[in-house]
Amino acid sequence: MGAFLVRRVLFGLLVLWIISVVVFVMFFVAPHDPARLLAGRQATASEILAIRHNLGLDRPILEQYGSWVWKLVHGDLGFSYRGSVPVRDLLGSRIPVTASLAFGAAVIWLVIGVGAGVLAAIKPRTIADRLVTFFALFFYSMPTFLLGLFFLFFFFFKLYTAGFHLFPGSGYVNLKDDPLGWADHLILPWFALALVTAAVYSRLTRGTMLDVLGEDYIRTARSKGISEGRVIVRHALRSALTPVVTQFGIDLGALLGGAIVTENVFGLPGLGQLAVQSISDQNLPVIIGIVIVASLFIVVANMCVDLLYAVLDPRVRLT
Amino acid sequence: MIHAVAPGSAPQDSDVLVRVDDVRKYFPIRTGLLRREVGRVHAVDGVSLEIRKGETLGIVGETGCGKSTLARCIARLYDLTAGTVVFDGRDISRLSRRRMRPLRKGIQMIFQDPIGSLNPRRRVGSIIGDPFAIHGISRGEDRKHQVQELMRVVGLNPEHYNRFPAEFSGGQRQRIGVARALALRPKLIIADEPVSALDVSIQAQILNLLTDLQDEFGLTYIFIAHDLSVVRHVSDRIAVMYLGKIVEVASVSELYARPRHPYTNALLSAVPVPDPDQADQRERIILVGDVPSPINPPSGCRFHPRCPKAQNLCTEVDPPLEVKKDDRAEHVAACHFPVEVGEKLSRARAGIAQPERQAAVEVSHEAVEGAIGPKEKT
Amino acid sequence: MSVSSIDPAQSALSAPEPSTFGEEGEAAKEIQGRSPWQLAWARLRQDKVAIGSAVVILLITLVAIGAPLIAHLVGHGPGDTYPFIGEDSYGLPIGPNRTFLLGADDLGRDVLVRVVYGARVSLIAGVVASALAVLAGGIVGMLAGYFGTAVDTALSRFMDVILSFPLLLFAIALVSLVGPSLTVSIAVIAFFSWAVVGRIVRGQTLSLREKEFVEAARSLGASDLRIIFVDILPNLVAPLIVYATLLIPASIVFEATLSFLGLGVVPPTPTWGNMLSDSLPYYKVAWWFMLFPGGALLITTLAFNLLGDSVRDALDPRYARLFKA
Repeated sequence: MGAFLVRRVLFGLLVLWIISVVVFVMFFVAPHDPARLLAGRQATASEILAIRHNLGLDRPILEQYGSWVWKLVHGDLGFSYRGSVPVRDLLGSRIPVTASLAFGAAVIWLVIGVGAGVLAAIKPRTIADRLVTFFALFFYSMPTFLLGLFFLFFFFFKLYTAGFHLFPGSGYVNLKDDPLGWADHLILPWFALALVTAAVYSRLTRGTMLDVLGEDYIRTARSKGISEGRVIVRHALRSALTPVVTQFGIDLGALLGGAIVTENVFGLPGLGQLAVQSISDQNLPVIIGIVIVASLFIVVANMCVDLLYAVLDPRVRLT
Repeated sequence: MIHAVAPGSAPQDSDVLVRVDDVRKYFPIRTGLLRREVGRVHAVDGVSLEIRKGETLGIVGETGCGKSTLARCIARLYDLTAGTVVFDGRDISRLSRRRMRPLRKGIQMIFQDPIGSLNPRRRVGSIIGDPFAIHGISRGEDRKHQVQELMRVVGLNPEHYNRFPAEFSGGQRQRIGVARALALRPKLIIADEPVSALDVSIQAQILNLLTDLQDEFGLTYIFIAHDLSVVRHVSDRIAVMYLGKIVEVASVSELYARPRHPYTNALLSAVPVPDPDQADQRERIILVGDVPSPINPPSGCRFHPRCPKAQNLCTEVDPPLEVKKDDRAEHVAACHFPVEVGEKLSRARAGIAQPERQAAVEVSHEAVEGAIGPKEKT
Repeated sequence: MSVSSIDPAQSALSAPEPSTFGEEGEAAKEIQGRSPWQLAWARLRQDKVAIGSAVVILLITLVAIGAPLIAHLVGHGPGDTYPFIGEDSYGLPIGPNRTFLLGADDLGRDVLVRVVYGARVSLIAGVVASALAVLAGGIVGMLAGYFGTAVDTALSRFMDVILSFPLLLFAIALVSLVGPSLTVSIAVIAFFSWAVVGRIVRGQTLSLREKEFVEAARSLGASDLRIIFVDILPNLVAPLIVYATLLIPASIVFEATLSFLGLGVVPPTPTWGNMLSDSLPYYKVAWWFMLFPGGALLITTLAFNLLGDSVRDALDPRYARLFKA
């Protein structure tokens, strides 16, 4: 276990290092003038020169990279081109929104996905199974933003015009200020983000559950007279969950990507909205900051998933 | 250096097709972050043999004794850890893959698994035509004619040229394998358990086919099996392998008449006898314990932890492969205390501590089979 | 030393007629010699879902190819704005009528014509990106799986790194530097999809490499390249076809997402993604503006996913796990 832990952490650090190099090369070394990009379109020549000197872009590349990483490690992400706010503070105010959205959606997709998969697996080839299969395929083919638009249209607009003011169409309320409002504002984004991915999980769970339920040890458990519910939850689901955990690790990147899209559909002031805004503003320090923070999150979360996986399935530690 | 054939009766060099000299093949075991080598599987550990032109040499032994590895070393599918293989007067043991290529025409293999050894996604015609394609011998219609001729030779319907392996039965598939091996008219064919995966009723057909082809094309065979009864029918001489080493080599009649190594005796005692009266009288030898790990082979004679005759000497000195008293010159065995004709091994008691011994005499046939593992997987 | 030297008369003696073999008799009962492909094709033809989705895909393709023709028949170009007949007196888009069969958009452009043109972008992005991803993933996966050791370790780690990248964010970063375009979109999609294919192909190659037929080829003196392309590749074609069919809808979704966020194809070129993005402020007043591009997108991805699923069923009936692409 110790060796596995060390190897996994080393790999995570490797990925982070590679990402830092890629980002650095993309933004500071690539065949364009970062100072010009950072200065914005209307900058004068002297302003660009000043920025170049401020950023240390006239120094050797390795030295630049070193000081950039040094700042990163100390949490210094530079200043936003808009209003000279520290990027760190800007991101700090946005992270809770994205985190609320992503975390809630992940919970919903796991519950719906695994639940539907189990339902389909214990009653294979019934109407329930077929329905799960159909909806899985349907939602799997559905782009997140399209589902969000449909939700907006039906569950916000149509309900609203019919006189039901159930869900707000946009905006965000802090969890601390108003927990109910927080959930109310997020419920449509949560489902929009969760259902697409839940489809994958229902099929995955169904497949592995069917495999597991055919195993001898399940037959043994049944023949011992253990109740069917217990067989499914204690014996079958447990081994069926391992691929789900693997898939969850893979999907963390997709979760973040989906969050970006969902925020833009529902007008949530999270990292994704900020990222898209920053592109139209050419606000590079913010974009760099978001990429770095998101990568850090994905790498760390991936590591946690792998460690959880190693706890669930001891064989993994050997490889 | 140990030779399978005693110096006095060594056949003329011109008679020898393959000379295997002290061949070793160790597989490293690596673990950990840095892939450190933590041990070695001693799959083949110092084997010397000579195979004469036109003969069939059977190699027999339990699962994991290294016989398949030895075959792949001779065919140079593996690089040798040590030792030399001389084929047709040429040392091939250090040749690169590129230099080895033209020589592959002379050495061909037939594999155990008639399903696994044929590519399921390719047509039979193209599988059998592979050798011609690889060595650039013929193409187009020309190749098709050659392939169909081969199919006829091995008893397949040439019209099935365009079929896929899945459309053939197990025996037919093995014929496809034989045809492929025969395509380049090799001098040596190494057959690695060619009938083990087949039904008993089909085995004889394939064995007969191999014998016929040997007469017709003057082939030399190395025939590997875990089952003495199969090898007996096709072989001129038999080499018995145990844990990476050859323990006895003799002609078929000699080996059956006077097996000298206790392990050979145990193997022979497991061969089913058709006559029930004879079977009743026959002595059954049960070996104690399991085959030791080839990672840490036992000291001295590798058979000593299971040998009914083992003494202290056996744990210390590795017995050389040599001609024993009263034996013919070509009959060699590696044993400090060779079994005498008429000796009852089941009465023998080892002079060293060994694992718990079960009832040694008159045990059911199944138990014997279990002990020497007649069923081998791949 | 070729086999043509075998004397037919002589070998006829040694090789008994096939009829003398008991085993031949039963197997030779004329089963139609059908290749695995023919069998898969036969299964596919019987699958109504597969036929249905194939027809839908064919129609969409025809519509995409014939987009200029449709524009000509309707009389509106994809970029033509009709502020007077396409918008009402408040400047809002008008709904479906005789002139605008599927309504007009916020600038008074014909939604039908734009949806039809949007199919071109989606199909091109989906097919090209998937083809590139399958090609790259197939080659890298085969090399890693076949050669093993250091090559494998390096390539596998590389694929792992790519798979742990937050791809949409890197797409954002890239677009912010080089500017959005169809080429950039395709490059981004392919670059982040090939590793998935590569990982799967590597795993399959790893197990194929251990098969006896590979050893047989080696014992015949086949080169590594020949073994990879003649012996291993045919066994990978089926899964590669399946992954290609399932990658196409995923790539279409990805492209639409990029366009939706303004990171893909730039306006005024119509894509389903940027049409939906334009429709966002109008969803309360102009449902057609959202529904038709959205419906076209959903039908296309659904058809490809259904077809991919059927193809997998047909190629390997034992393969039960869906959506593991």
